[in-house]
Amino acid sequence: MIEIVAPGPLATVQDLGRSGYAALGVPRSGAFDRAALRLANRLVGNVETAAAIEVTLGGLVVRLADAATVAMTGALCRGNLDWGAAVSVPAGTTLRLDPPAAGVRSYLAVRGGIDVDAVLGSRSTDTLSGLGPSALRAGDVLPVGRAEGEVSGTTVGPNATPTALSVRFGPRDDWFTPAAQSRLVGAEWVVRSDSDRVGIRLDGPPLERSRTDELPSEAVLPGAVQVPTDGRPIVFGPDAPVTGGYPVIAVLTDVDHAAQLRPGDVVRFSRRTGA
Amino acid sequence: MTLRVLPYGEDAVLVEPADPGRVLALAAAARDLPGVREVVPAARTVLLVLDDGQSPDGIGDALSHAAADRGGEREIRGDEVVLDVHYDGADLADTAAEVGLDADGLVRRHCAGGYVVAFCGFAPGFAYLTGLAESLHVPRLPQPRTRVPAGSVGIAGEFTGVYPRPSPGGWRLLGHTDAALWDLNRIPPALLTPGTRVRFRPA
Repeated sequence: MIEIVAPGPLATVQDLGRSGYAALGVPRSGAFDRAALRLANRLVGNVETAAAIEVTLGGLVVRLADAATVAMTGALCRGNLDWGAAVSVPAGTTLRLDPPAAGVRSYLAVRGGIDVDAVLGSRSTDTLSGLGPSALRAGDVLPVGRAEGEVSGTTVGPNATPTALSVRFGPRDDWFTPAAQSRLVGAEWVVRSDSDRVGIRLDGPPLERSRTDELPSEAVLPGAVQVPTDGRPIVFGPDAPVTGGYPVIAVLTDVDHAAQLRPGDVVRFSRRTGA
Repeated sequence: MTLRVLPYGEDAVLVEPADPGRVLALAAAARDLPGVREVVPAARTVLLVLDDGQSPDGIGDALSHAAADRGGEREIRGDEVVLDVHYDGADLADTAAEVGLDADGLVRRHCAGGYVVAFCGFAPGFAYLTGLAESLHVPRLPQPRTRVPAGSVGIAGEFTGVYPRPSPGGWRLLGHTDAALWDLNRIPPALLTPGTRVRFRPA
Protein backbone atom coordinates (compact mmCIF):
# COMPACT_ATOMS: atom_id res chain seq x y z
CA MET A 1 0.00 0.00 0.00
CA ILE A 2 1.03 3.57 -0.67
CA GLU A 3 0.13 6.30 1.77
CA ILE A 4 -0.11 9.84 0.45
CA VAL A 5 1.68 12.10 2.92
CA ALA A 6 1.39 15.22 0.71
CA PRO A 7 -0.04 15.37 -2.83
CA GLY A 8 1.71 18.57 -3.98
CA PRO A 9 -0.29 20.94 -6.23
CA LEU A 10 -2.15 18.06 -7.92
CA ALA A 11 -1.56 14.32 -7.89
CA THR A 12 -3.97 11.89 -9.54
CA VAL A 13 -4.15 8.21 -10.43
CA GLN A 14 -3.83 7.79 -14.19
CA ASP A 15 -3.67 4.95 -16.70
CA LEU A 16 -4.20 5.12 -20.46
CA GLY A 17 -7.77 6.39 -19.98
CA ARG A 18 -11.29 5.47 -21.03
CA SER A 19 -11.85 4.57 -24.61
CA GLY A 20 -15.11 3.54 -26.20
CA TYR A 21 -17.42 5.84 -24.26
CA ALA A 22 -16.94 9.14 -26.08
CA ALA A 23 -20.35 8.76 -27.77
CA LEU A 24 -21.88 8.88 -24.26
CA GLY A 25 -20.02 12.11 -23.51
CA VAL A 26 -17.19 10.48 -21.55
CA PRO A 27 -13.75 12.09 -22.07
CA ARG A 28 -10.70 9.92 -22.65
CA SER A 29 -8.84 11.23 -19.58
CA GLY A 30 -5.77 9.17 -18.66
CA ALA A 31 -2.14 10.24 -18.39
CA PHE A 32 -1.42 13.55 -20.14
CA ASP A 33 2.06 12.28 -21.08
CA ARG A 34 1.20 8.73 -22.11
CA ALA A 35 4.71 7.92 -23.31
CA ALA A 36 6.13 8.78 -19.88
CA LEU A 37 3.50 6.62 -18.15
CA ARG A 38 4.21 3.68 -20.47
CA LEU A 39 7.91 4.06 -19.80
CA ALA A 40 7.46 4.10 -16.01
CA ASN A 41 5.32 0.97 -16.22
CA ARG A 42 7.86 -0.77 -18.43
CA LEU A 43 10.70 0.02 -16.02
CA VAL A 44 8.94 -1.69 -13.11
CA GLY A 45 7.68 -4.59 -15.23
CA ASN A 46 4.01 -3.57 -15.37
CA VAL A 47 1.68 -3.94 -18.31
CA GLU A 48 1.38 -0.61 -20.11
CA THR A 49 -2.25 -0.24 -19.04
CA ALA A 50 -1.33 -0.25 -15.32
CA ALA A 51 -2.18 2.85 -13.29
CA ALA A 52 0.46 5.12 -11.78
CA ILE A 53 0.47 8.48 -9.98
CA GLU A 54 0.58 11.57 -12.20
CA VAL A 55 2.38 14.27 -10.22
CA THR A 56 1.90 17.91 -11.18
CA LEU A 57 4.88 20.20 -10.48
CA GLY A 58 6.32 17.82 -7.89
CA GLY A 59 5.59 18.22 -4.20
CA LEU A 60 4.43 14.63 -3.78
CA VAL A 61 5.45 12.78 -0.60
CA VAL A 62 4.42 9.14 -0.24
CA ARG A 63 5.16 6.43 2.30
CA LEU A 64 5.44 2.86 1.09
CA ALA A 65 4.01 0.45 3.66
CA ASP A 66 5.65 -2.55 1.99
CA ALA A 67 8.89 -3.17 0.17
CA ALA A 68 8.34 -2.00 -3.40
CA THR A 69 9.94 -1.42 -6.77
CA VAL A 70 9.18 2.03 -8.12
CA ALA A 71 10.15 4.21 -11.07
CA MET A 72 9.79 7.89 -11.86
CA THR A 73 9.55 9.33 -15.40
CA GLY A 74 8.36 12.54 -17.09
CA ALA A 75 9.39 15.91 -15.69
CA LEU A 76 12.56 15.51 -13.62
CA CYS A 77 11.88 15.98 -9.92
CA ARG A 78 14.83 15.84 -7.61
CA GLY A 79 14.24 14.48 -4.15
CA ASN A 80 15.30 11.17 -2.68
CA LEU A 81 14.46 8.89 -5.62
CA ASP A 82 16.68 8.26 -8.63
CA TRP A 83 14.94 9.34 -11.77
CA GLY A 84 14.27 7.12 -14.83
CA ALA A 85 15.16 3.68 -13.44
CA ALA A 86 13.50 0.92 -11.45
CA VAL A 87 14.49 1.29 -7.78
CA SER A 88 13.74 -1.24 -5.05
CA VAL A 89 13.08 0.24 -1.63
CA PRO A 90 12.39 -1.35 1.75
CA ALA A 91 9.09 -1.21 3.64
CA GLY A 92 8.51 2.10 5.38
CA THR A 93 10.40 4.19 2.83
CA THR A 94 9.22 7.75 2.35
CA LEU A 95 9.67 9.15 -1.16
CA ARG A 96 9.81 12.88 -1.74
CA LEU A 97 9.58 14.61 -5.13
CA ASP A 98 10.82 18.19 -5.29
CA PRO A 99 9.32 20.60 -7.84
CA PRO A 100 10.88 20.07 -11.28
CA ALA A 101 13.06 22.81 -12.77
CA ALA A 102 11.35 22.27 -16.13
CA GLY A 103 8.30 20.40 -17.32
CA VAL A 104 5.12 19.76 -15.35
CA ARG A 105 4.07 16.13 -15.11
CA SER A 106 5.97 13.22 -13.61
CA TYR A 107 4.83 9.63 -13.26
CA LEU A 108 5.50 7.47 -10.22
CA ALA A 109 4.87 3.83 -11.09
CA VAL A 110 5.00 1.02 -8.57
CA ARG A 111 5.55 -2.58 -9.50
CA GLY A 112 2.07 -4.18 -9.56
CA GLY A 113 0.31 -0.92 -10.45
CA ILE A 114 -2.05 1.25 -8.40
CA ASP A 115 -5.02 -1.05 -7.89
CA VAL A 116 -7.97 1.28 -7.21
CA ASP A 117 -11.36 0.31 -8.66
CA ALA A 118 -11.78 0.96 -12.37
CA VAL A 119 -14.67 3.09 -13.60
CA LEU A 120 -15.74 2.44 -17.19
CA GLY A 121 -12.60 0.45 -17.82
CA SER A 122 -10.10 2.93 -16.37
CA ARG A 123 -8.61 3.92 -13.01
CA SER A 124 -7.97 7.47 -14.22
CA THR A 125 -9.15 10.58 -12.39
CA ASP A 126 -11.08 12.79 -14.78
CA THR A 127 -10.73 16.24 -13.25
CA LEU A 128 -13.52 17.73 -15.38
CA SER A 129 -16.30 15.15 -15.34
CA GLY A 130 -15.50 13.69 -11.91
CA LEU A 131 -15.18 10.07 -13.07
CA GLY A 132 -12.67 7.80 -11.38
CA PRO A 133 -10.97 8.35 -8.01
CA SER A 134 -10.77 11.84 -6.52
CA ALA A 135 -7.54 13.76 -6.78
CA LEU A 136 -5.18 12.43 -4.10
CA ARG A 137 -5.24 13.98 -0.63
CA ALA A 138 -2.97 13.60 2.37
CA GLY A 139 -3.93 10.44 4.22
CA ASP A 140 -5.23 8.56 1.16
CA VAL A 141 -4.05 4.96 0.97
CA LEU A 142 -3.68 3.31 -2.43
CA PRO A 143 -3.64 -0.45 -2.90
CA VAL A 144 -0.92 -1.98 -5.06
CA GLY A 145 -1.70 -4.82 -7.46
CA ARG A 146 0.13 -8.07 -8.06
CA ALA A 147 3.42 -7.88 -9.94
CA GLU A 148 3.78 -9.98 -13.05
CA GLY A 149 6.40 -8.87 -15.59
CA GLU A 150 10.17 -8.50 -15.39
CA VAL A 151 11.75 -5.40 -13.89
CA SER A 152 13.87 -3.57 -16.46
CA GLY A 153 17.51 -2.69 -15.83
CA THR A 154 17.33 0.22 -18.27
CA THR A 155 17.90 3.83 -17.34
CA VAL A 156 16.16 6.57 -19.32
CA GLY A 157 16.65 10.32 -19.63
CA PRO A 158 14.17 13.04 -18.63
CA ASN A 159 11.69 14.69 -21.00
CA ALA A 160 12.78 18.02 -22.40
CA THR A 161 10.31 20.89 -22.42
CA PRO A 162 9.09 21.04 -26.01
CA THR A 163 9.86 24.19 -27.98
CA ALA A 164 7.69 23.20 -30.95
CA LEU A 165 4.45 21.26 -31.17
CA SER A 166 3.89 19.45 -34.45
CA VAL A 167 0.38 19.88 -35.90
CA ARG A 168 -1.62 18.89 -38.90
CA PHE A 169 -3.97 21.59 -40.14
CA GLY A 170 -7.69 20.96 -40.09
CA PRO A 171 -10.45 20.07 -39.66
CA ARG A 172 -11.54 23.75 -39.58
CA ASP A 173 -8.48 25.65 -40.78
CA ASP A 174 -10.68 27.09 -43.53
CA TRP A 175 -12.64 29.00 -40.86
CA PHE A 176 -9.56 31.21 -40.38
CA THR A 177 -7.98 33.89 -42.52
CA PRO A 178 -4.80 32.95 -44.41
CA ALA A 179 -2.97 35.42 -42.13
CA ALA A 180 -4.23 33.59 -39.06
CA GLN A 181 -3.15 30.25 -40.50
CA SER A 182 0.39 31.51 -41.03
CA ARG A 183 0.36 33.22 -37.64
CA LEU A 184 -0.46 29.90 -35.93
CA VAL A 185 2.85 28.44 -37.08
CA GLY A 186 4.80 31.72 -37.28
CA ALA A 187 4.12 33.19 -33.86
CA GLU A 188 5.50 32.45 -30.43
CA TRP A 189 2.86 31.37 -27.96
CA VAL A 190 3.09 31.78 -24.22
CA VAL A 191 1.48 29.19 -21.94
CA ARG A 192 -1.14 30.78 -19.69
CA SER A 193 -1.43 30.14 -15.96
CA ASP A 194 -4.99 28.79 -16.28
CA SER A 195 -3.72 25.73 -18.17
CA ASP A 196 -4.63 22.32 -16.76
CA ARG A 197 -5.55 18.78 -17.79
CA VAL A 198 -8.55 20.12 -19.71
CA GLY A 199 -6.47 22.38 -21.90
CA ILE A 200 -3.19 24.23 -22.35
CA ARG A 201 -4.27 27.83 -22.91
CA LEU A 202 -2.02 30.05 -24.99
CA ASP A 203 -1.44 33.76 -25.28
CA GLY A 204 -0.30 35.41 -28.49
CA PRO A 205 -1.55 37.33 -31.49
CA PRO A 206 -5.27 36.54 -31.86
CA LEU A 207 -6.19 34.22 -34.75
CA GLU A 208 -8.88 35.89 -36.83
CA ARG A 209 -11.69 33.93 -38.34
CA SER A 210 -12.76 34.24 -41.95
CA ARG A 211 -16.38 33.50 -41.02
CA THR A 212 -18.39 34.59 -38.05
CA ASP A 213 -21.23 32.07 -37.96
CA GLU A 214 -21.49 29.65 -35.07
CA LEU A 215 -19.99 26.19 -35.47
CA PRO A 216 -22.50 23.46 -34.57
CA SER A 217 -20.99 21.31 -31.79
CA GLU A 218 -18.59 18.68 -33.04
CA ALA A 219 -16.43 16.02 -31.47
CA VAL A 220 -12.98 17.01 -30.24
CA LEU A 221 -10.03 14.90 -29.17
CA PRO A 222 -7.07 15.55 -26.87
CA GLY A 223 -4.53 17.46 -28.96
CA ALA A 224 -7.14 19.52 -30.84
CA VAL A 225 -6.17 23.20 -31.11
CA GLN A 226 -9.46 24.99 -30.62
CA VAL A 227 -9.84 28.71 -31.12
CA PRO A 228 -12.61 30.41 -29.10
CA THR A 229 -13.99 33.80 -30.08
CA ASP A 230 -11.14 35.71 -28.41
CA GLY A 231 -8.76 34.17 -30.96
CA ARG A 232 -6.38 32.64 -28.42
CA PRO A 233 -5.82 28.92 -29.01
CA ILE A 234 -6.42 26.16 -26.47
CA VAL A 235 -4.66 22.82 -26.88
CA PHE A 236 -7.06 20.25 -25.48
CA GLY A 237 -5.76 17.87 -22.85
CA PRO A 238 -7.02 14.44 -21.80
CA ASP A 239 -9.90 15.75 -19.64
CA ALA A 240 -11.40 18.01 -22.34
CA PRO A 241 -15.11 17.46 -23.05
CA VAL A 242 -15.88 15.22 -26.04
CA THR A 243 -17.60 17.98 -28.02
CA GLY A 244 -16.85 21.64 -28.55
CA GLY A 245 -18.53 24.57 -30.21
CA TYR A 246 -15.52 26.47 -31.57
CA PRO A 247 -13.51 25.63 -34.68
CA VAL A 248 -10.43 23.42 -34.39
CA ILE A 249 -7.73 24.95 -36.60
CA ALA A 250 -5.21 22.11 -36.24
CA VAL A 251 -4.53 18.93 -34.26
CA LEU A 252 -1.26 17.96 -32.55
CA THR A 253 0.44 14.91 -33.98
CA ASP A 254 1.60 13.99 -30.47
CA VAL A 255 -0.34 15.10 -27.40
CA ASP A 256 2.34 13.91 -24.95
CA HIS A 257 4.62 16.85 -25.65
CA ALA A 258 2.02 19.38 -24.54
CA ALA A 259 1.85 17.72 -21.11
CA GLN A 260 5.18 19.23 -20.12
CA LEU A 261 4.33 22.86 -20.95
CA ARG A 262 4.19 25.07 -17.89
CA PRO A 263 2.82 28.58 -17.48
CA GLY A 264 5.25 31.08 -18.99
CA ASP A 265 6.85 28.58 -21.38
CA VAL A 266 7.15 29.81 -24.97
CA VAL A 267 6.19 27.35 -27.69
CA ARG A 268 5.73 27.32 -31.45
CA PHE A 269 3.63 25.16 -33.73
CA SER A 270 5.26 23.44 -36.66
CA ARG A 271 3.14 22.23 -39.53
CA ARG A 272 3.44 18.64 -40.63
CA THR A 273 2.22 17.66 -44.06
CA GLY A 274 2.24 14.44 -46.05
CA ALA A 275 2.23 10.92 -44.70
CA MET B 1 -24.25 9.34 -49.58
CA THR B 2 -22.37 12.54 -50.31
CA LEU B 3 -19.91 13.47 -47.59
CA ARG B 4 -16.73 15.40 -46.84
CA VAL B 5 -13.79 13.87 -45.00
CA LEU B 6 -11.78 16.43 -43.03
CA PRO B 7 -8.35 15.68 -41.54
CA TYR B 8 -8.15 15.35 -37.75
CA GLY B 9 -4.58 14.79 -36.63
CA GLU B 10 -2.72 11.52 -37.09
CA ASP B 11 -5.35 8.94 -36.28
CA ALA B 12 -8.80 10.43 -36.82
CA VAL B 13 -11.01 11.99 -39.47
CA LEU B 14 -14.08 14.21 -39.21
CA VAL B 15 -16.84 13.23 -41.61
CA GLU B 16 -19.50 15.71 -42.65
CA PRO B 17 -22.49 14.41 -44.62
CA ALA B 18 -24.08 16.82 -47.11
CA ASP B 19 -27.42 16.05 -45.44
CA PRO B 20 -27.18 16.75 -41.68
CA GLY B 21 -30.13 14.40 -41.14
CA ARG B 22 -27.85 11.50 -42.01
CA VAL B 23 -25.43 11.86 -39.07
CA LEU B 24 -26.89 8.97 -37.03
CA ALA B 25 -27.01 6.66 -40.06
CA LEU B 26 -23.42 7.58 -40.83
CA ALA B 27 -22.36 6.91 -37.25
CA ALA B 28 -24.04 3.50 -37.30
CA ALA B 29 -22.36 2.61 -40.59
CA ALA B 30 -18.99 3.80 -39.25
CA ARG B 31 -19.23 1.52 -36.21
CA ASP B 32 -19.31 -1.48 -38.56
CA LEU B 33 -16.25 -0.43 -40.57
CA PRO B 34 -13.02 -2.34 -39.94
CA GLY B 35 -10.15 -0.28 -38.55
CA VAL B 36 -12.42 2.19 -36.73
CA ARG B 37 -11.83 2.32 -32.98
CA GLU B 38 -14.30 4.95 -31.86
CA VAL B 39 -17.22 6.81 -33.44
CA VAL B 40 -18.45 10.12 -32.02
CA PRO B 41 -21.51 11.69 -33.65
CA ALA B 42 -22.23 15.39 -33.11
CA ALA B 43 -24.59 18.01 -34.53
CA ARG B 44 -23.51 17.87 -38.20
CA THR B 45 -20.48 15.59 -38.19
CA VAL B 46 -19.14 12.22 -37.11
CA LEU B 47 -15.61 11.79 -35.75
CA LEU B 48 -13.90 8.49 -36.53
CA VAL B 49 -10.91 7.49 -34.43
CA LEU B 50 -8.92 4.92 -36.39
CA ASP B 51 -6.91 1.96 -35.15
CA ASP B 52 -3.17 2.53 -34.81
CA GLY B 53 -1.52 2.56 -38.22
CA GLN B 54 -4.87 2.57 -40.07
CA SER B 55 -4.69 4.92 -43.07
CA PRO B 56 -7.59 7.33 -43.55
CA ASP B 57 -7.26 6.91 -47.33
CA GLY B 58 -10.43 5.55 -48.85
CA ILE B 59 -12.42 5.77 -45.63
CA GLY B 60 -14.81 8.31 -47.16
CA ASP B 61 -15.76 5.98 -50.02
CA ALA B 62 -16.10 2.96 -47.74
CA LEU B 63 -18.28 4.92 -45.36
CA SER B 64 -20.34 6.44 -48.12
CA HIS B 65 -21.16 2.99 -49.53
CA ALA B 66 -21.83 1.48 -46.11
CA ALA B 67 -24.15 4.33 -45.16
CA ALA B 68 -26.02 4.30 -48.50
CA ASP B 69 -27.13 0.75 -47.73
CA ARG B 70 -28.76 1.75 -44.48
CA GLY B 71 -31.99 3.64 -43.91
CA GLY B 72 -31.59 6.57 -41.54
CA GLU B 73 -34.80 5.70 -39.71
CA ARG B 74 -33.37 2.38 -38.61
CA GLU B 75 -30.86 4.15 -36.38
CA ILE B 76 -33.65 5.65 -34.28
CA ARG B 77 -34.74 3.15 -31.68
CA GLY B 78 -38.33 2.04 -31.25
CA ASP B 79 -38.38 2.23 -27.46
CA GLU B 80 -39.17 5.65 -26.10
CA VAL B 81 -37.96 7.15 -22.83
CA VAL B 82 -40.62 9.27 -21.15
CA LEU B 83 -39.29 11.84 -18.69
CA ASP B 84 -41.64 13.27 -16.06
CA VAL B 85 -40.79 16.93 -15.59
CA HIS B 86 -41.65 19.36 -12.81
CA TYR B 87 -41.93 22.55 -14.87
CA ASP B 88 -40.62 24.92 -12.21
CA GLY B 89 -37.40 26.07 -13.91
CA ALA B 90 -35.79 29.43 -13.16
CA ASP B 91 -36.09 30.53 -16.80
CA LEU B 92 -39.61 29.25 -17.52
CA ALA B 93 -41.45 32.57 -17.22
CA ASP B 94 -38.82 34.67 -19.04
CA THR B 95 -38.45 32.17 -21.86
CA ALA B 96 -42.21 31.87 -22.28
CA ALA B 97 -42.49 35.65 -22.56
CA GLU B 98 -39.64 35.73 -25.08
CA VAL B 99 -41.40 33.26 -27.39
CA GLY B 100 -44.81 34.92 -26.93
CA LEU B 101 -46.44 32.26 -24.76
CA ASP B 102 -47.50 31.92 -21.16
CA ALA B 103 -45.80 29.31 -18.98
CA ASP B 104 -48.52 26.71 -19.59
CA GLY B 105 -48.28 27.25 -23.31
CA LEU B 106 -44.52 26.75 -23.26
CA VAL B 107 -44.90 23.56 -21.20
CA ARG B 108 -47.54 22.21 -23.61
CA ARG B 109 -45.33 22.89 -26.58
CA HIS B 110 -42.26 21.34 -24.94
CA CYS B 111 -44.30 18.23 -24.09
CA ALA B 112 -45.81 18.01 -27.57
CA GLY B 113 -42.47 17.30 -29.21
CA GLY B 114 -41.16 13.85 -30.10
CA TYR B 115 -37.40 14.07 -29.55
CA VAL B 116 -34.42 12.01 -30.64
CA VAL B 117 -30.93 11.99 -29.05
CA ALA B 118 -28.68 13.36 -31.78
CA PHE B 119 -25.46 13.06 -29.78
CA CYS B 120 -23.93 13.28 -26.30
CA GLY B 121 -21.30 15.78 -25.26
CA PHE B 122 -20.47 18.54 -22.76
CA ALA B 123 -20.53 16.02 -19.87
CA PRO B 124 -21.00 12.27 -19.43
CA GLY B 125 -24.62 11.42 -20.26
CA PHE B 126 -25.55 14.91 -21.47
CA ALA B 127 -27.73 14.23 -24.51
CA TYR B 128 -28.55 16.82 -27.17
CA LEU B 129 -32.18 16.15 -28.21
CA THR B 130 -33.42 17.28 -31.60
CA GLY B 131 -37.06 17.81 -32.50
CA LEU B 132 -37.62 21.02 -30.53
CA ALA B 133 -40.36 23.16 -32.11
CA GLU B 134 -38.77 25.95 -34.10
CA SER B 135 -40.84 28.51 -32.18
CA LEU B 136 -38.90 27.46 -29.05
CA HIS B 137 -35.43 28.03 -30.50
CA VAL B 138 -33.90 30.62 -28.18
CA PRO B 139 -30.24 31.48 -27.60
CA ARG B 140 -28.35 30.31 -24.54
CA LEU B 141 -28.26 32.59 -21.52
CA PRO B 142 -25.86 35.52 -22.05
CA GLN B 143 -24.01 34.46 -18.87
CA PRO B 144 -23.92 30.76 -18.04
CA ARG B 145 -24.80 29.74 -14.48
CA THR B 146 -21.88 28.47 -12.43
CA ARG B 147 -24.00 25.63 -11.09
CA VAL B 148 -27.04 23.93 -12.60
CA PRO B 149 -28.60 21.16 -10.46
CA ALA B 150 -28.73 17.56 -11.70
CA GLY B 151 -31.94 16.71 -13.55
CA SER B 152 -32.49 20.28 -14.82
CA VAL B 153 -34.38 20.31 -18.11
CA GLY B 154 -33.33 23.06 -20.48
CA ILE B 155 -33.48 24.38 -24.01
CA ALA B 156 -30.89 26.20 -26.12
CA GLY B 157 -30.86 26.81 -29.85
CA GLU B 158 -32.28 23.84 -31.71
CA PHE B 159 -31.81 21.48 -28.74
CA THR B 160 -33.46 20.44 -25.51
CA GLY B 161 -31.74 18.32 -22.89
CA VAL B 162 -31.29 17.35 -19.27
CA TYR B 163 -28.23 18.02 -17.09
CA PRO B 164 -27.18 14.59 -15.79
CA ARG B 165 -25.17 15.94 -12.89
CA PRO B 166 -24.56 19.32 -11.28
CA SER B 167 -22.39 21.44 -13.57
CA PRO B 168 -22.03 24.93 -14.95
CA GLY B 169 -24.44 25.58 -17.79
CA GLY B 170 -25.97 28.19 -20.06
CA TRP B 171 -29.21 26.55 -21.15
CA ARG B 172 -32.62 28.04 -20.29
CA LEU B 173 -34.01 25.98 -17.45
CA LEU B 174 -37.67 25.00 -17.83
CA GLY B 175 -37.90 22.45 -15.02
CA HIS B 176 -36.39 19.34 -13.53
CA THR B 177 -36.82 15.58 -13.61
CA ASP B 178 -36.07 12.98 -10.95
CA ALA B 179 -34.97 10.42 -13.55
CA ALA B 180 -31.38 9.17 -13.20
CA LEU B 181 -29.75 10.34 -16.40
CA TRP B 182 -26.34 8.95 -15.43
CA ASP B 183 -25.85 5.83 -13.31
CA LEU B 184 -22.52 4.03 -13.24
CA ASN B 185 -24.26 0.86 -12.04
CA ARG B 186 -26.23 0.69 -15.29
CA ILE B 187 -24.99 -0.49 -18.68
CA PRO B 188 -24.71 1.84 -20.44
CA PRO B 189 -24.54 4.43 -17.64
CA ALA B 190 -26.24 7.05 -19.83
CA LEU B 191 -30.06 6.82 -19.93
CA LEU B 192 -30.12 8.76 -23.20
CA THR B 193 -27.80 7.47 -25.92
CA PRO B 194 -27.61 8.55 -29.57
CA GLY B 195 -30.73 7.41 -31.42
CA THR B 196 -32.96 7.14 -28.32
CA ARG B 197 -36.47 8.60 -28.69
CA VAL B 198 -37.57 10.85 -25.84
CA ARG B 199 -40.80 12.50 -24.73
CA PHE B 200 -41.44 14.88 -21.83
CA ARG B 201 -44.63 15.00 -19.76
CA PRO B 202 -45.62 17.12 -16.77
CA ALA B 203 -44.98 15.28 -13.48
